[in-house]
Amino acid sequence: MVIAREDYDIPVAVRRPLLTRRQRQRRATLVAYSFIAPNFIGFLIFTLGPILFAFALAFMHWDGSNAMQFAGLDNFWRLFSDRAFLTAFWNTLVYTLVSVPATLVCALGLAVLLNQKLRGRAFFRAAMFFPYVASLVAVAVVWNMVFNPEMGPVNMLLYELGIDPKNLPGWAASNSWAMVTVILFGIWKSMGYYMVIYLAGLQGISPELYEAANLDGATSWQKFWHITVPQLAPTSFFVSVMLTIQSFKVFDQIMLLTEGGPGTSTLVLVYHVYNEAFISWDLGYSSMVALVLFVMVLTVTIVQFRLTRED
Amino acid sequence: MARKPLRLFGHRVHLQTVIAYLLAIAITIVMLLPFAWMLSASLKLDRDVFAFPIEWIPSAPRWQNYVDIWTRIPLALFIYNTTKLTVIVTLLQLFTSSFAAYAFAKLRFAYREVLFLAYIATIAMPWQVYMVPQFLEMRALGLNNTHLALICLQAFTAFGVFLMRQFYMSIPDELCEAARIDGMNEYQIWFRIMLPLSKPALSTLTIFTFVSTWNDFLGPLIYLTKTELKTIQIGIRMFITQYSTEYGLIMAASIVSLIPVLIVFLALQRFFVEGIASSGLKG
Repeated sequence: MVIAREDYDIPVAVRRPLLTRRQRQRRATLVAYSFIAPNFIGFLIFTLGPILFAFALAFMHWDGSNAMQFAGLDNFWRLFSDRAFLTAFWNTLVYTLVSVPATLVCALGLAVLLNQKLRGRAFFRAAMFFPYVASLVAVAVVWNMVFNPEMGPVNMLLYELGIDPKNLPGWAASNSWAMVTVILFGIWKSMGYYMVIYLAGLQGISPELYEAANLDGATSWQKFWHITVPQLAPTSFFVSVMLTIQSFKVFDQIMLLTEGGPGTSTLVLVYHVYNEAFISWDLGYSSMVALVLFVMVLTVTIVQFRLTRED
Repeated sequence: MARKPLRLFGHRVHLQTVIAYLLAIAITIVMLLPFAWMLSASLKLDRDVFAFPIEWIPSAPRWQNYVDIWTRIPLALFIYNTTKLTVIVTLLQLFTSSFAAYAFAKLRFAYREVLFLAYIATIAMPWQVYMVPQFLEMRALGLNNTHLALICLQAFTAFGVFLMRQFYMSIPDELCEAARIDGMNEYQIWFRIMLPLSKPALSTLTIFTFVSTWNDFLGPLIYLTKTELKTIQIGIRMFITQYSTEYGLIMAASIVSLIPVLIVFLALQRFFVEGIASSGLKG
Protein backbone atom coordinates (compact mmCIF):
# COMPACT_ATOMS: atom_id res chain seq x y z
CA MET A 1 0.00 0.00 0.00
CA VAL A 2 2.90 2.32 0.60
CA ILE A 3 4.17 1.46 -2.86
CA ALA A 4 0.91 2.37 -4.47
CA ARG A 5 1.00 5.85 -3.05
CA GLU A 6 4.41 6.64 -4.42
CA ASP A 7 3.82 5.15 -7.83
CA TYR A 8 2.39 8.25 -9.39
CA ASP A 9 3.23 7.14 -12.91
CA ILE A 10 0.96 4.14 -12.89
CA PRO A 11 -2.36 4.92 -14.61
CA VAL A 12 -5.40 5.25 -12.38
CA ALA A 13 -7.12 2.11 -13.60
CA VAL A 14 -4.07 0.01 -12.69
CA ARG A 15 -3.26 1.76 -9.44
CA ARG A 16 -6.70 1.46 -7.98
CA PRO A 17 -6.73 -2.28 -7.20
CA LEU A 18 -3.53 -1.80 -5.24
CA LEU A 19 -5.33 0.25 -2.61
CA THR A 20 -6.60 -1.59 0.39
CA ARG A 21 -10.28 -1.80 1.00
CA ARG A 22 -10.13 0.69 3.81
CA GLN A 23 -8.30 3.21 1.66
CA ARG A 24 -10.81 2.85 -1.09
CA GLN A 25 -13.61 3.34 1.39
CA ARG A 26 -11.98 6.43 2.77
CA ARG A 27 -11.48 7.87 -0.66
CA ALA A 28 -15.11 7.14 -1.56
CA THR A 29 -16.27 8.86 1.60
CA LEU A 30 -14.17 11.91 0.85
CA VAL A 31 -15.58 12.08 -2.66
CA ALA A 32 -19.11 11.78 -1.29
CA TYR A 33 -18.50 14.55 1.25
CA SER A 34 -17.13 16.78 -1.48
CA PHE A 35 -20.46 16.39 -3.28
CA ILE A 36 -22.45 17.28 -0.20
CA ALA A 37 -20.24 20.03 1.17
CA PRO A 38 -21.27 23.00 -1.02
CA ASN A 39 -24.91 22.62 -0.10
CA PHE A 40 -24.51 21.24 3.39
CA ILE A 41 -22.21 23.97 4.66
CA GLY A 42 -24.65 26.64 3.51
CA PHE A 43 -27.53 24.65 4.94
CA LEU A 44 -25.73 24.17 8.25
CA ILE A 45 -24.89 27.86 8.69
CA PHE A 46 -28.05 29.46 7.38
CA THR A 47 -30.76 26.94 8.23
CA LEU A 48 -29.74 24.42 10.90
CA GLY A 49 -27.84 26.97 12.97
CA PRO A 50 -30.69 29.50 13.12
CA ILE A 51 -33.17 26.73 13.95
CA LEU A 52 -31.15 25.65 16.99
CA PHE A 53 -30.67 29.31 17.88
CA ALA A 54 -34.45 29.81 17.69
CA PHE A 55 -35.07 27.14 20.31
CA ALA A 56 -32.47 28.64 22.64
CA LEU A 57 -33.66 32.20 22.10
CA ALA A 58 -37.19 31.35 23.16
CA PHE A 59 -35.88 30.92 26.71
CA MET A 60 -33.89 34.15 26.77
CA HIS A 61 -34.46 37.85 27.21
CA TRP A 62 -32.70 39.80 24.47
CA ASP A 63 -33.15 43.15 22.80
CA GLY A 64 -30.46 42.52 20.20
CA SER A 65 -27.85 44.88 21.63
CA ASN A 66 -27.45 44.39 25.41
CA ALA A 67 -26.32 41.14 27.01
CA MET A 68 -28.59 38.14 26.65
CA GLN A 69 -30.24 36.94 29.85
CA PHE A 70 -31.63 33.54 30.68
CA ALA A 71 -35.37 33.82 31.06
CA GLY A 72 -36.43 30.31 31.94
CA LEU A 73 -40.11 29.95 31.21
CA ASP A 74 -40.90 33.68 31.46
CA ASN A 75 -41.63 34.00 27.77
CA PHE A 76 -43.86 30.95 27.87
CA TRP A 77 -46.01 32.23 30.74
CA ARG A 78 -46.22 35.60 29.07
CA LEU A 79 -48.08 34.06 26.12
CA PHE A 80 -51.17 33.52 28.26
CA SER A 81 -51.42 37.12 29.41
CA ASP A 82 -50.53 38.69 26.06
CA ARG A 83 -53.84 39.71 24.50
CA ALA A 84 -52.27 40.40 21.13
CA PHE A 85 -50.88 36.85 21.06
CA LEU A 86 -54.22 35.33 22.01
CA THR A 87 -55.92 37.37 19.29
CA ALA A 88 -53.27 36.35 16.76
CA PHE A 89 -53.65 32.71 17.75
CA TRP A 90 -57.43 32.89 17.45
CA ASN A 91 -57.29 34.72 14.10
CA THR A 92 -54.89 32.13 12.73
CA LEU A 93 -57.31 29.38 13.73
CA VAL A 94 -60.25 31.22 12.15
CA TYR A 95 -58.29 31.80 8.96
CA THR A 96 -57.35 28.12 8.86
CA LEU A 97 -60.79 26.75 9.69
CA VAL A 98 -62.44 28.79 6.95
CA SER A 99 -59.86 28.87 4.20
CA VAL A 100 -58.80 25.20 4.30
CA PRO A 101 -62.21 23.66 3.53
CA ALA A 102 -63.15 26.49 1.17
CA THR A 103 -59.96 26.22 -0.88
CA LEU A 104 -60.18 22.45 -0.90
CA VAL A 105 -63.73 22.43 -2.24
CA CYS A 106 -62.93 25.06 -4.90
CA ALA A 107 -59.80 23.21 -6.00
CA LEU A 108 -61.66 19.91 -6.24
CA GLY A 109 -64.48 21.52 -8.21
CA LEU A 110 -62.05 23.12 -10.63
CA ALA A 111 -60.16 19.87 -11.11
CA VAL A 112 -63.30 17.88 -11.86
CA LEU A 113 -64.49 20.59 -14.24
CA LEU A 114 -61.19 20.85 -16.09
CA ASN A 115 -60.55 17.12 -16.17
CA GLN A 116 -63.28 16.82 -18.78
CA LYS A 117 -62.38 16.89 -22.44
CA LEU A 118 -63.01 20.55 -23.15
CA ARG A 119 -61.46 22.54 -25.94
CA GLY A 120 -58.97 25.06 -24.65
CA ARG A 121 -58.60 23.02 -21.47
CA ALA A 122 -54.89 23.89 -21.22
CA PHE A 123 -55.76 27.58 -21.36
CA PHE A 124 -58.43 27.27 -18.67
CA ARG A 125 -56.02 25.42 -16.40
CA ALA A 126 -53.27 27.99 -16.95
CA ALA A 127 -55.72 30.80 -16.16
CA MET A 128 -56.68 29.16 -12.84
CA PHE A 129 -53.07 28.62 -11.96
CA PHE A 130 -51.69 32.02 -12.90
CA PRO A 131 -52.71 33.90 -9.73
CA TYR A 132 -50.53 31.46 -7.80
CA VAL A 133 -47.33 32.51 -9.58
CA ALA A 134 -48.22 36.18 -9.98
CA SER A 135 -46.27 38.40 -7.60
CA LEU A 136 -48.09 39.03 -4.39
CA VAL A 137 -47.35 42.74 -4.16
CA ALA A 138 -48.89 43.41 -7.57
CA VAL A 139 -52.01 41.32 -7.05
CA ALA A 140 -52.53 42.56 -3.50
CA VAL A 141 -52.51 46.20 -4.56
CA VAL A 142 -54.95 45.59 -7.40
CA TRP A 143 -57.13 43.53 -5.07
CA ASN A 144 -57.31 46.41 -2.59
CA MET A 145 -58.24 48.80 -5.38
CA VAL A 146 -60.92 46.53 -6.81
CA PHE A 147 -62.33 46.02 -3.32
CA ASN A 148 -61.95 49.65 -2.28
CA PRO A 149 -65.04 50.33 -0.13
CA GLU A 150 -65.75 53.82 -1.50
CA MET A 151 -64.64 53.74 -5.12
CA GLY A 152 -63.85 50.14 -6.06
CA PRO A 153 -65.74 48.44 -8.87
CA VAL A 154 -66.96 45.60 -6.62
CA ASN A 155 -68.85 47.90 -4.28
CA MET A 156 -70.01 50.06 -7.20
CA LEU A 157 -71.49 46.95 -8.73
CA LEU A 158 -73.13 45.91 -5.47
CA TYR A 159 -74.55 49.43 -5.21
CA GLU A 160 -75.93 49.22 -8.74
CA LEU A 161 -77.52 45.92 -7.78
CA GLY A 162 -79.52 47.83 -5.21
CA ILE A 163 -77.62 47.26 -1.97
CA ASP A 164 -78.01 50.11 0.48
CA PRO A 165 -74.75 52.13 0.67
CA LYS A 166 -74.84 51.73 4.46
CA ASN A 167 -74.77 47.96 4.10
CA LEU A 168 -71.98 47.78 1.54
CA PRO A 169 -69.08 45.67 2.83
CA GLY A 170 -66.07 47.65 4.03
CA TRP A 171 -63.67 44.88 2.91
CA ALA A 172 -60.07 45.38 4.05
CA ALA A 173 -60.97 48.61 5.84
CA SER A 174 -63.58 47.24 8.22
CA ASN A 175 -63.23 45.13 11.34
CA SER A 176 -65.89 42.67 10.34
CA TRP A 177 -64.90 42.22 6.68
CA ALA A 178 -61.10 42.35 6.80
CA MET A 179 -60.74 38.65 7.60
CA VAL A 180 -63.23 37.77 4.86
CA THR A 181 -61.23 39.82 2.35
CA VAL A 182 -57.98 38.14 3.31
CA ILE A 183 -59.53 34.68 3.10
CA LEU A 184 -61.15 35.36 -0.29
CA PHE A 185 -57.81 36.57 -1.57
CA GLY A 186 -56.07 33.43 -0.29
CA ILE A 187 -58.60 31.17 -1.99
CA TRP A 188 -58.37 33.06 -5.28
CA LYS A 189 -54.58 32.99 -5.24
CA SER A 190 -53.92 29.40 -4.24
CA MET A 191 -56.79 27.24 -5.48
CA GLY A 192 -55.17 26.76 -8.90
CA TYR A 193 -52.16 25.16 -7.23
CA TYR A 194 -54.27 22.59 -5.38
CA MET A 195 -56.32 22.05 -8.53
CA VAL A 196 -53.14 20.75 -10.16
CA ILE A 197 -52.65 18.25 -7.33
CA TYR A 198 -56.26 17.13 -7.65
CA LEU A 199 -55.88 16.76 -11.41
CA ALA A 200 -52.97 14.39 -10.78
CA GLY A 201 -55.16 12.51 -8.32
CA LEU A 202 -57.97 12.21 -10.87
CA GLN A 203 -55.55 10.66 -13.36
CA GLY A 204 -55.00 7.86 -10.88
CA ILE A 205 -58.65 6.76 -10.73
CA SER A 206 -59.26 3.66 -12.81
CA PRO A 207 -61.64 4.40 -15.73
CA GLU A 208 -63.19 0.98 -15.21
CA LEU A 209 -64.92 2.23 -12.08
CA TYR A 210 -66.78 4.82 -14.14
CA GLU A 211 -67.55 2.33 -16.89
CA ALA A 212 -69.09 -0.04 -14.37
CA ALA A 213 -71.13 2.81 -12.91
CA ASN A 214 -72.33 3.77 -16.39
CA LEU A 215 -73.58 0.22 -16.92
CA ASP A 216 -75.50 0.48 -13.66
CA GLY A 217 -77.07 3.69 -14.91
CA ALA A 218 -75.47 6.01 -12.33
CA THR A 219 -75.90 9.76 -12.77
CA SER A 220 -72.91 12.11 -12.92
CA TRP A 221 -73.72 13.28 -9.43
CA GLN A 222 -73.77 9.72 -8.08
CA LYS A 223 -70.50 8.97 -9.83
CA PHE A 224 -68.97 12.05 -8.28
CA TRP A 225 -70.07 11.16 -4.75
CA HIS A 226 -69.55 7.41 -4.89
CA ILE A 227 -66.42 7.13 -7.02
CA THR A 228 -64.53 10.41 -7.38
CA VAL A 229 -64.74 11.65 -3.80
CA PRO A 230 -63.80 8.36 -2.07
CA GLN A 231 -61.08 7.61 -4.62
CA LEU A 232 -59.59 11.05 -4.05
CA ALA A 233 -59.55 10.67 -0.25
CA PRO A 234 -55.74 10.32 -0.03
CA THR A 235 -55.29 13.39 -2.25
CA SER A 236 -57.79 15.37 -0.19
CA PHE A 237 -55.98 14.39 2.97
CA PHE A 238 -52.66 15.49 1.54
CA VAL A 239 -54.14 18.76 0.26
CA SER A 240 -55.77 19.55 3.58
CA VAL A 241 -52.51 18.95 5.45
CA MET A 242 -50.63 21.24 3.10
CA LEU A 243 -53.34 23.89 3.25
CA THR A 244 -53.42 23.75 7.04
CA ILE A 245 -49.67 24.29 7.30
CA GLN A 246 -49.83 27.10 4.76
CA SER A 247 -52.64 28.74 6.72
CA PHE A 248 -50.71 28.55 9.98
CA LYS A 249 -47.87 30.42 8.26
CA VAL A 250 -49.98 33.08 6.55
CA PHE A 251 -48.35 36.51 6.65
CA ASP A 252 -47.40 38.18 3.35
CA GLN A 253 -50.91 38.60 2.00
CA ILE A 254 -52.11 40.00 5.32
CA MET A 255 -49.30 42.50 5.56
CA LEU A 256 -50.02 43.66 2.01
CA LEU A 257 -53.82 43.74 2.26
CA THR A 258 -54.60 44.88 5.79
CA GLU A 259 -51.33 45.24 7.73
CA GLY A 260 -52.93 43.07 10.40
CA GLY A 261 -55.72 45.54 10.93
CA PRO A 262 -57.99 47.30 11.26
CA GLY A 263 -57.04 47.16 14.93
CA THR A 264 -56.06 43.55 15.45
CA SER A 265 -58.79 42.02 13.31
CA THR A 266 -56.37 40.23 10.97
CA LEU A 267 -53.37 39.94 13.27
CA VAL A 268 -51.99 36.41 12.83
CA LEU A 269 -49.19 34.46 14.50
CA VAL A 270 -46.39 35.23 12.04
CA TYR A 271 -47.40 38.88 12.11
CA HIS A 272 -46.98 38.82 15.88
CA VAL A 273 -43.56 37.17 15.51
CA TYR A 274 -42.60 39.90 13.05
CA ASN A 275 -43.88 42.73 15.25
CA GLU A 276 -42.28 41.44 18.45
CA ALA A 277 -38.94 41.00 16.68
CA PHE A 278 -38.60 43.88 14.27
CA ILE A 279 -40.83 46.50 15.89
CA SER A 280 -40.43 45.81 19.63
CA TRP A 281 -37.01 44.06 19.44
CA ASP A 282 -38.21 41.60 22.04
CA LEU A 283 -36.31 38.78 20.39
CA GLY A 284 -36.73 36.08 23.03
CA TYR A 285 -40.46 36.51 23.25
CA SER A 286 -40.75 36.65 19.46
CA SER A 287 -38.99 33.28 19.29
CA MET A 288 -41.39 31.84 21.83
CA VAL A 289 -44.32 32.86 19.63
CA ALA A 290 -42.51 31.29 16.67
CA LEU A 291 -42.15 28.13 18.72
CA VAL A 292 -45.93 27.99 19.10
CA LEU A 293 -46.17 28.06 15.32
CA PHE A 294 -43.61 25.28 15.13
CA VAL A 295 -45.56 23.11 17.57
CA MET A 296 -48.74 23.64 15.53
CA VAL A 297 -47.03 22.63 12.28
CA LEU A 298 -45.30 19.71 13.98
CA THR A 299 -48.61 18.42 15.35
CA VAL A 300 -50.17 18.44 11.89
CA THR A 301 -47.11 16.72 10.43
CA ILE A 302 -47.16 13.99 13.09
CA VAL A 303 -50.87 13.39 12.56
CA GLN A 304 -50.27 13.12 8.83
CA PHE A 305 -47.38 10.71 9.35
CA ARG A 306 -49.40 8.50 11.71
CA LEU A 307 -52.46 8.36 9.50
CA THR A 308 -50.63 7.69 6.25
CA ARG A 309 -48.65 4.93 7.93
CA GLU A 310 -51.82 3.09 8.93
CA ASP A 311 -52.98 2.84 5.32
CA MET B 1 -77.85 8.18 -18.48
CA ALA B 2 -77.71 9.24 -22.10
CA ARG B 3 -79.37 12.62 -22.27
CA LYS B 4 -81.21 14.09 -25.19
CA PRO B 5 -78.61 15.99 -27.24
CA LEU B 6 -79.12 19.69 -27.95
CA ARG B 7 -78.45 21.22 -31.31
CA LEU B 8 -76.01 24.08 -31.37
CA PHE B 9 -74.56 25.58 -34.57
CA GLY B 10 -75.57 22.41 -36.35
CA HIS B 11 -73.66 20.21 -33.88
CA ARG B 12 -75.20 17.80 -31.42
CA VAL B 13 -74.07 18.74 -27.96
CA HIS B 14 -74.89 17.48 -24.52
CA LEU B 15 -76.34 19.95 -22.08
CA GLN B 16 -73.68 18.87 -19.60
CA THR B 17 -70.90 19.92 -21.97
CA VAL B 18 -72.51 23.32 -22.50
CA ILE B 19 -72.73 23.87 -18.76
CA ALA B 20 -69.10 22.80 -18.36
CA TYR B 21 -67.97 25.34 -20.95
CA LEU B 22 -70.05 28.13 -19.46
CA LEU B 23 -68.71 27.39 -15.98
CA ALA B 24 -65.10 27.19 -17.17
CA ILE B 25 -65.42 30.48 -19.03
CA ALA B 26 -67.15 32.21 -16.13
CA ILE B 27 -64.55 31.09 -13.59
CA THR B 28 -61.68 32.01 -15.92
CA ILE B 29 -63.11 35.51 -16.25
CA VAL B 30 -63.32 35.88 -12.47
CA MET B 31 -59.77 34.60 -12.05
CA LEU B 32 -58.33 36.92 -14.67
CA LEU B 33 -60.49 39.97 -14.01
CA PRO B 34 -58.07 41.56 -11.53
CA PHE B 35 -55.31 41.31 -14.14
CA ALA B 36 -57.51 42.83 -16.83
CA TRP B 37 -58.45 45.64 -14.47
CA MET B 38 -54.78 46.17 -13.63
CA LEU B 39 -53.84 46.40 -17.30
CA SER B 40 -56.71 48.72 -18.05
CA ALA B 41 -55.96 50.99 -15.08
CA SER B 42 -52.28 51.14 -16.00
CA LEU B 43 -53.29 53.03 -19.15
CA LYS B 44 -55.46 55.63 -17.42
CA LEU B 45 -55.16 58.93 -15.65
CA ASP B 46 -55.39 58.59 -11.87
CA ARG B 47 -58.78 60.31 -11.79
CA ASP B 48 -60.21 57.91 -14.40
CA VAL B 49 -59.09 54.70 -12.73
CA PHE B 50 -62.19 54.38 -10.55
CA ALA B 51 -64.69 55.65 -13.10
CA PHE B 52 -67.81 53.50 -13.11
CA PRO B 53 -69.05 51.79 -15.26
CA ILE B 54 -65.56 50.53 -15.98
CA GLU B 55 -64.09 51.60 -19.28
CA TRP B 56 -62.18 48.37 -19.96
CA ILE B 57 -60.37 49.68 -23.02
CA PRO B 58 -59.42 53.31 -22.37
CA SER B 59 -60.48 55.56 -25.24
CA ALA B 60 -57.27 57.56 -24.86
CA PRO B 61 -54.70 55.09 -23.49
CA ARG B 62 -52.13 56.88 -21.41
CA TRP B 63 -48.88 55.19 -22.45
CA GLN B 64 -47.07 57.95 -20.61
CA ASN B 65 -47.56 55.94 -17.37
CA TYR B 66 -45.16 53.34 -18.72
CA VAL B 67 -42.61 56.06 -19.46
CA ASP B 68 -43.00 57.86 -16.16
CA ILE B 69 -42.57 54.88 -13.83
CA TRP B 70 -38.93 54.50 -14.85
CA THR B 71 -38.13 58.00 -13.61
CA ARG B 72 -40.48 58.24 -10.64
CA ILE B 73 -38.90 55.20 -8.97
CA PRO B 74 -35.61 53.47 -9.82
CA LEU B 75 -37.58 50.64 -11.39
CA ALA B 76 -34.74 49.60 -13.70
CA LEU B 77 -32.45 49.27 -10.69
CA PHE B 78 -35.07 47.23 -8.81
CA ILE B 79 -35.42 44.93 -11.80
CA TYR B 80 -31.65 44.61 -12.08
CA ASN B 81 -31.35 43.75 -8.36
CA THR B 82 -34.12 41.18 -8.56
CA THR B 83 -32.76 39.62 -11.73
CA LYS B 84 -29.29 39.40 -10.24
CA LEU B 85 -30.55 37.75 -7.07
CA THR B 86 -32.85 35.40 -8.92
CA VAL B 87 -30.20 34.23 -11.38
CA ILE B 88 -27.51 33.69 -8.72
CA VAL B 89 -29.87 31.92 -6.32
CA THR B 90 -31.29 29.69 -9.04
CA LEU B 91 -27.86 28.69 -10.37
CA LEU B 92 -26.46 28.03 -6.89
CA GLN B 93 -29.56 26.09 -5.95
CA LEU B 94 -29.37 23.92 -9.07
CA PHE B 95 -25.67 23.25 -8.71
CA THR B 96 -25.44 22.56 -4.99
CA SER B 97 -28.72 20.63 -4.77
CA SER B 98 -28.05 18.29 -7.66
CA PHE B 99 -24.45 17.86 -6.51
CA ALA B 100 -25.45 16.89 -2.96
CA ALA B 101 -28.41 14.85 -4.15
CA TYR B 102 -26.12 12.70 -6.28
CA ALA B 103 -24.17 11.64 -3.20
CA PHE B 104 -27.34 10.97 -1.20
CA ALA B 105 -28.86 8.90 -3.98
CA LYS B 106 -25.91 7.04 -5.49
CA LEU B 107 -22.95 6.93 -3.11
CA ARG B 108 -22.42 5.01 0.11
CA PHE B 109 -20.64 6.77 2.91
CA ALA B 110 -20.57 7.17 6.65
CA TYR B 111 -23.41 9.15 8.27
CA ARG B 112 -25.36 9.32 5.02
CA GLU B 113 -28.68 8.64 6.73
CA VAL B 114 -27.99 11.06 9.57
CA LEU B 115 -27.05 13.89 7.24
CA PHE B 116 -30.05 13.29 5.05
CA LEU B 117 -32.28 13.19 8.09
CA ALA B 118 -31.05 16.71 8.93
CA TYR B 119 -32.47 17.87 5.62
CA ILE B 120 -35.72 15.95 6.00
CA ALA B 121 -36.26 17.23 9.53
CA THR B 122 -36.11 20.84 8.38
CA ILE B 123 -38.30 20.46 5.32
CA ALA B 124 -41.40 20.74 7.50
CA MET B 125 -39.89 23.58 9.51
CA PRO B 126 -41.49 26.87 8.47
CA TRP B 127 -38.97 29.56 7.64
CA GLN B 128 -41.05 31.93 9.74
CA VAL B 129 -40.02 30.00 12.85
CA TYR B 130 -36.33 30.78 12.45
CA MET B 131 -36.36 33.95 10.35
CA VAL B 132 -35.57 36.11 13.39
CA PRO B 133 -32.50 34.14 14.62
CA GLN B 134 -31.39 33.88 11.00
CA PHE B 135 -31.59 37.64 10.69
CA LEU B 136 -29.60 38.07 13.92
CA GLU B 137 -26.97 35.67 12.65
CA MET B 138 -26.68 37.48 9.32
CA ARG B 139 -26.42 40.78 11.15
CA ALA B 140 -23.62 39.39 13.31
CA LEU B 141 -21.86 38.31 10.12
CA GLY B 142 -22.24 41.84 8.76
CA LEU B 143 -24.53 40.67 5.97
CA ASN B 144 -27.42 42.93 6.93
CA ASN B 145 -28.35 45.13 3.97
CA THR B 146 -26.47 43.06 1.42
CA HIS B 147 -27.69 40.91 -1.41
CA LEU B 148 -25.40 38.17 -0.17
CA ALA B 149 -27.71 37.65 2.81
CA LEU B 150 -30.65 36.86 0.57
CA ILE B 151 -28.52 34.59 -1.59
CA CYS B 152 -27.35 32.61 1.44
CA LEU B 153 -30.90 32.47 2.67
CA GLN B 154 -32.41 30.99 -0.46
CA ALA B 155 -29.70 29.04 -2.23
CA PHE B 156 -29.26 26.05 0.08
CA THR B 157 -32.70 24.64 0.64
CA ALA B 158 -33.65 21.22 1.88
CA PHE B 159 -36.40 21.28 -0.73
CA GLY B 160 -33.92 21.36 -3.61
CA VAL B 161 -31.82 18.48 -2.28
CA PHE B 162 -34.89 16.43 -1.53
CA LEU B 163 -36.46 16.99 -4.94
CA MET B 164 -33.27 16.11 -6.82
CA ARG B 165 -32.57 13.08 -4.66
CA GLN B 166 -36.02 11.68 -5.30
CA PHE B 167 -35.40 12.02 -9.01
CA TYR B 168 -31.95 10.43 -8.90
CA MET B 169 -33.32 7.51 -6.91
CA SER B 170 -35.47 6.64 -9.93
CA ILE B 171 -32.41 6.39 -12.20
CA PRO B 172 -31.06 2.80 -12.19
CA ASP B 173 -27.78 2.27 -10.29
CA GLU B 174 -26.52 0.05 -13.13
CA LEU B 175 -26.02 3.16 -15.21
CA CYS B 176 -23.50 4.51 -12.70
CA GLU B 177 -21.88 1.11 -12.30
CA ALA B 178 -21.35 0.84 -16.04
CA ALA B 179 -19.84 4.30 -16.16
CA ARG B 180 -17.48 3.45 -13.28
CA ILE B 181 -16.27 0.36 -15.13
CA ASP B 182 -15.66 2.59 -18.15
CA GLY B 183 -13.26 4.53 -15.94
CA MET B 184 -15.35 7.61 -15.22
CA ASN B 185 -14.94 9.16 -11.80
CA GLU B 186 -17.92 10.25 -9.74
CA TYR B 187 -17.73 13.88 -10.85
CA GLN B 188 -17.82 12.83 -14.50
CA ILE B 189 -20.77 10.53 -13.85
CA TRP B 190 -22.65 13.39 -12.20
CA PHE B 191 -21.83 15.82 -15.00
CA ARG B 192 -22.10 13.60 -18.07
CA ILE B 193 -24.80 11.13 -17.08
CA MET B 194 -26.93 12.37 -14.20
CA LEU B 195 -27.25 16.02 -15.16
CA PRO B 196 -28.42 15.38 -18.74
CA LEU B 197 -30.88 12.77 -17.48
CA SER B 198 -32.34 15.01 -14.82
CA LYS B 199 -33.54 17.82 -17.05
CA PRO B 200 -37.19 17.48 -15.96
CA ALA B 201 -36.27 17.71 -12.27
CA LEU B 202 -33.87 20.56 -12.92
CA SER B 203 -36.57 22.42 -14.84
CA THR B 204 -39.01 21.97 -12.00
CA LEU B 205 -36.46 23.22 -9.50
CA THR B 206 -35.57 26.15 -11.78
CA ILE B 207 -39.10 27.37 -12.13
CA PHE B 208 -39.90 26.99 -8.42
CA THR B 209 -36.73 28.76 -7.38
CA PHE B 210 -37.14 31.47 -9.99
CA VAL B 211 -40.71 32.26 -9.05
CA SER B 212 -40.17 32.14 -5.31
CA THR B 213 -37.06 34.32 -5.46
CA TRP B 214 -38.59 36.81 -7.89
CA ASN B 215 -41.76 37.08 -5.82
CA ASP B 216 -40.15 36.92 -2.40
CA PHE B 217 -41.47 39.64 -0.16
CA LEU B 218 -40.70 38.93 3.49
CA GLY B 219 -37.01 38.13 2.96
CA PRO B 220 -36.13 41.42 1.21
CA LEU B 221 -38.47 43.29 3.57
CA ILE B 222 -36.43 42.15 6.56
CA TYR B 223 -32.97 42.38 5.04
CA LEU B 224 -32.97 45.29 2.61
CA THR B 225 -33.67 48.78 3.90
CA LYS B 226 -31.50 50.78 1.50
CA THR B 227 -33.42 51.90 -1.57
CA GLU B 228 -30.59 51.10 -3.95
CA LEU B 229 -30.59 47.44 -2.84
CA LYS B 230 -34.32 46.83 -3.00
CA THR B 231 -35.95 44.18 -5.15
CA ILE B 232 -38.91 44.87 -7.37
CA GLN B 233 -41.44 43.57 -4.83
CA ILE B 234 -40.42 45.80 -1.95
CA GLY B 235 -39.55 48.58 -4.39
CA ILE B 236 -43.13 48.68 -5.66
CA ARG B 237 -44.36 48.35 -2.10
CA MET B 238 -42.31 51.42 -1.18
CA PHE B 239 -43.77 53.30 -4.12
CA ILE B 240 -47.29 52.32 -3.11
CA THR B 241 -46.84 53.60 0.43
CA GLN B 242 -45.24 56.84 -0.75
CA TYR B 243 -47.60 57.70 -3.60
CA SER B 244 -50.74 55.80 -2.68
CA THR B 245 -53.02 57.78 -4.98
CA GLU B 246 -51.03 57.54 -8.20
CA TYR B 247 -53.09 54.57 -9.26
CA GLY B 248 -52.15 54.59 -12.93
CA LEU B 249 -48.44 54.49 -12.17
CA ILE B 250 -48.81 51.84 -9.46
CA MET B 251 -50.69 49.62 -11.88
CA ALA B 252 -48.11 50.18 -14.62
CA ALA B 253 -45.28 49.23 -12.25
CA SER B 254 -47.22 46.13 -11.17
CA ILE B 255 -47.73 45.07 -14.77
CA VAL B 256 -44.00 45.44 -15.41
CA SER B 257 -43.22 43.27 -12.37
CA LEU B 258 -45.57 40.56 -13.64
CA ILE B 259 -44.11 40.27 -17.13
CA PRO B 260 -41.00 38.17 -16.33
CA VAL B 261 -43.05 35.73 -14.26
CA LEU B 262 -45.63 35.49 -17.02
CA ILE B 263 -42.95 34.70 -19.60
CA VAL B 264 -41.28 32.04 -17.45
CA PHE B 265 -44.66 30.60 -16.56
CA LEU B 266 -45.81 30.29 -20.15
CA ALA B 267 -42.48 28.83 -21.28
CA LEU B 268 -42.07 26.29 -18.49
CA GLN B 269 -45.68 25.69 -17.52
CA ARG B 270 -45.50 21.98 -18.26
CA PHE B 271 -42.66 21.45 -15.78
CA PHE B 272 -44.50 23.45 -13.19
CA VAL B 273 -47.57 21.27 -13.43
CA GLU B 274 -45.55 18.05 -13.53
CA GLY B 275 -43.44 19.22 -10.62
CA ILE B 276 -46.43 19.90 -8.40
CA ALA B 277 -48.14 16.71 -9.42
CA SER B 278 -45.12 14.52 -8.73
CA SER B 279 -43.69 16.09 -5.61
CA GLY B 280 -46.66 17.99 -4.25
CA LEU B 281 -44.10 19.86 -2.21
CA LYS B 282 -43.42 23.53 -1.87
CA GLY B 283 -45.81 26.36 -1.46
